[in-house]
Amino acid sequence: MELNQLTAHELLEKLKAQQTTPEAILDSLYARIQKIEPQVKAYVRGQACLPSTSSQADLPSVGDRHACPLRGLPITIKDNICTEGLPTECCSKILQGFRPPYDATVIDKLKKSGAVIFPLKANMDEFAFGSSTENSYFGPTRNPWNLDYVPGGSSGGSAAAVASDEAIWALGSDTGGSIRQPASFCGVVGLKPTYGRVSRFGLIAFASSLDQIGPITKDVQDAAILTGLISGYDPGDSTSVNQDVPDYTKSLTGDIKNLKIGIPKEYFIAGMDEEVKTIIQEAVNKLKDLGALANSVSLPHTEYAVPVYYIIATAEASSNLARFDGVQYGYRASSDNLIQMYKLTRAQGFGQEAKRRIILGTFVLSHGYYDAYYLRALKVRTLIKQDFDKVFGEFDCIVAPTSPTSAFKIGERAQDPLSMYLSDIYTISANLAGIPAISIPCGFTKKGLPVGLQIMAKPFNEAMLFRVAHTFEQNTDWHKFKTKL
Amino acid sequence: MSIDKETIRHVAHLARIELQPNELEKLFGELHEILGFIDKLSILNVEQIKPTSHILPISNVLREDELHVSLNSDKALENAPSKKGNFFSVPKIIE
Amino acid sequence: MKYQTVIGLEVHLQLNTKTKAFCGCSTDFGKAPNSNVCPVCLGFPGSLPVYNRQALNSAIKLALAFNCQIQEHTKFDRKNYFYPDLPKNYQISQFDLPLSRNGYLDIYTQNLPKRIGITRVHLEEDAGKLIHETGCSLVDFNRTGIPLLEIVSEPDLNSPSEAFDYLNSLKSIIEYLDVSDCDMEKGSLRCDANISLRLLGAKELGVKTELKNMNSFKGVKDALTFEVERQTQLLETNQELVQETRLWDVEKAVTVVMRTKEGAKDYRYFPDPDLTVFIIEESMIAQIKAQLPELPQEKMRRFVKEYGLTEYDAKILVSSKNDAQFAENCIQNYPGEDKKEIVNWLIGPLLSEANLRKVKLHALNLNTNELISLIGFVQRQEISYLCAKNVLSQLIDTGKTTQDLIQEGNLQQISNADALSEVIETVIHENAKSVSDFKAGKTNALMYLVGQVMKKSSGKANPKVVGDLVRRRLS
Repeated sequence: MELNQLTAHELLEKLKAQQTTPEAILDSLYARIQKIEPQVKAYVRGQACLPSTSSQADLPSVGDRHACPLRGLPITIKDNICTEGLPTECCSKILQGFRPPYDATVIDKLKKSGAVIFPLKANMDEFAFGSSTENSYFGPTRNPWNLDYVPGGSSGGSAAAVASDEAIWALGSDTGGSIRQPASFCGVVGLKPTYGRVSRFGLIAFASSLDQIGPITKDVQDAAILTGLISGYDPGDSTSVNQDVPDYTKSLTGDIKNLKIGIPKEYFIAGMDEEVKTIIQEAVNKLKDLGALANSVSLPHTEYAVPVYYIIATAEASSNLARFDGVQYGYRASSDNLIQMYKLTRAQGFGQEAKRRIILGTFVLSHGYYDAYYLRALKVRTLIKQDFDKVFGEFDCIVAPTSPTSAFKIGERAQDPLSMYLSDIYTISANLAGIPAISIPCGFTKKGLPVGLQIMAKPFNEAMLFRVAHTFEQNTDWHKFKTKL
Repeated sequence: MSIDKETIRHVAHLARIELQPNELEKLFGELHEILGFIDKLSILNVEQIKPTSHILPISNVLREDELHVSLNSDKALENAPSKKGNFFSVPKIIE
Repeated sequence: MKYQTVIGLEVHLQLNTKTKAFCGCSTDFGKAPNSNVCPVCLGFPGSLPVYNRQALNSAIKLALAFNCQIQEHTKFDRKNYFYPDLPKNYQISQFDLPLSRNGYLDIYTQNLPKRIGITRVHLEEDAGKLIHETGCSLVDFNRTGIPLLEIVSEPDLNSPSEAFDYLNSLKSIIEYLDVSDCDMEKGSLRCDANISLRLLGAKELGVKTELKNMNSFKGVKDALTFEVERQTQLLETNQELVQETRLWDVEKAVTVVMRTKEGAKDYRYFPDPDLTVFIIEESMIAQIKAQLPELPQEKMRRFVKEYGLTEYDAKILVSSKNDAQFAENCIQNYPGEDKKEIVNWLIGPLLSEANLRKVKLHALNLNTNELISLIGFVQRQEISYLCAKNVLSQLIDTGKTTQDLIQEGNLQQISNADALSEVIETVIHENAKSVSDFKAGKTNALMYLVGQVMKKSSGKANPKVVGDLVRRRLS
């Protein structure tokens, strides 16, 4: 095995034993990227930004390496997380050339833990608007399992990079499934933490009440390590919660005997791919075999999650994205009239999906429509949260598919926004309810495309997710499969 | 409830997005479909339900009145598409 | 008067916190452009706000002093509109759950008390500053994010001078609370006005004008006065009034149209998801209430009660916190029983001196003991009141003692009949007409003659003694 194929925890062992160096790990990644990046396109702004050898990378000094838990291990970052001095453009023309003067809190934490921030950023749907990474200003990323298919989105670049060993591990962001769905499509592990668990400071906001940064990794242990490192209270984020971060690796016990698992009946509906359904059912059976007690539960307001989401998320986005106006940073269209400068900058700087969502979000907040759309959506959000509260009163976790289908073909849904929106049907609820949810590989379709299993738990019970996911993973081989690239 | 083209034009103005006629046409169709789907919510009786604008039960998050390091103006203006001296510059505002 | 004037004021007040509302940047005025800024107040992508505890405390203090009900549950909303001085293109403000509502301010206007309703006091953030040049406008974000309060009055003010009195009362309270610099020139206090006229007795409000761009209290008064006349004239000549925003042009002393109402603005307010709600508990309110200083109204009542002042006098002394402190210090140190004596000096000669020098009473830097000493000289009839006023002026200018000034100026009052007789004879000789008037029974003529003696003695003669001597001489 090449170094770039290993998991983070395997590499950390090697670094600790001085069997390898961060430079060697970076070089193996560069070599891999040289070879397959032209096909996958997981990263953006091309190889111009890539140093030819690791000596140019900003590595922690040797003395520091051994003092820090990550020992100079590189990590790949989604293009919507601010990295000081490194371009951060949300894969949008409107942020062209933007180099933040500051690091996101998660980046700061990772640097302090001894991580090397990988100099290329991962591709994504523009401003995280999408489920396929086709909405990137830089063009789509391809699914490393089959280059004709999408990697999912919006963190498609992060997921594809990890799946194709172009990254050791990565950070993504999840507003309605943007970590879990691409993790599922690419056969890797992806976690959306509890809202408030990870600081959002430095994450370029899509929908502030739903966004969370989370890990995309090759196995559950890596996800547990990375979650532990990025979690915790940040006085710079009013919505981050001051609650201790447990050592998540301690929850990797391999024991799920007598855990009560709820299987929501509303998640197995018409429109779901039969093959995916079978794979999920087999996974549930596996959990039962391992000693878990599975029962059918009801989340009655599930069908309203997508409409609620597309009101709340677009409303918040319409306001969050108002700042992209060509005044302080990014792209500016030329005009000697201020309003026209605004309008042209935004018309030329934003892609189709961004414009669609901004206009929808502006509409649902506008005079005369607020109550009918926005306020109503906030109320139904309450109902959705109550559904989960009720189930978690009795069950330790909920197990469901991550997505109703495996990856779809590039271009297949690009002209049909609604069908694209519906691919998030199983992931959106966790964002609306603020609960943590993980996607882990649980099988492949006949075409060889990965399928993800989603596990959800009570707020701040990420440990439960790691415990169940790890137990499943250790008793299956799905995470060991590699792409043919 | 649905949306007409005049409303889209008005909303696009509020959002400061210039729309080409063909874009408006396309959006009209798409928004019509999306709003039709969203209208699903109208069958729920939510009169007695409290809205959730924050999912967390936390309140009163405050910071102390303590100075932090500011950016120097070079750094603040580093990304500016147009500047003049230490100022950001925009097309002249005419009321 | 056929019409009733209806005015409501909207005051924007910068709080005097060290740092901005949502970040740790300094609020210092007058720094180099775009130097008191950071990713948060510049609204850089990814940055997040956290509210300033001191700003919340100051705001609650002010709302309590304005007799408002503090809302138990309050939150920030986003007010969305595009403008280059607004880096996020939304302002963090409050919409349906403001910090406080339903307050009032008791003011004195034309010496009568009047209660002015306060609709709401809410929290928001300031915008940046624009400088307009040829071809472009320049933006400085130093001011962006300074904590602001919006204080909205009910339309309870019925004349420009009432509005002026309201603003002074408001400023006086804010000064007592020490929550803002209240400096209109530096923009730490800004005031917009809504004004309309209606026929006396009418229930419906008339068409209103919104006035902006006034940069002093006097400017507010002048703009309103202009507007009353303008609107009256339009109504009298049956011309239509349009709802519009007008700017006060201080140079030309006129209001000019800024924009006519372009339909209601659609600000798309919604709860800011980046900020949590605030639950203001009773205990917190009680704690802040306990820290409230004695406010002008209370102080005035206490001055009346404790020192036997008239309401009128007390009101003058309490209008400024520092002046009140200075006055109270004088009153307490004054040994006489009747405090009115020193109060008359404070609101008489002292205030004139202060006005002359364009400073506040307390800023005259007058030593209390010297003032008391001076009053003693007058009471013992050792110097005349007229001379004493001159001495006061010199006390302020030179910082010398009263004793020294009187001696140096040889100002001791002359009460000795022998010393005065020569002057009196001269005056009688020179004013035959007044003398005969007096003899004919015109008592006013005596006053004139005494005045002439005072003049000739450079104010040193004791007027009471002179009066007696002149009367005796002519009888």
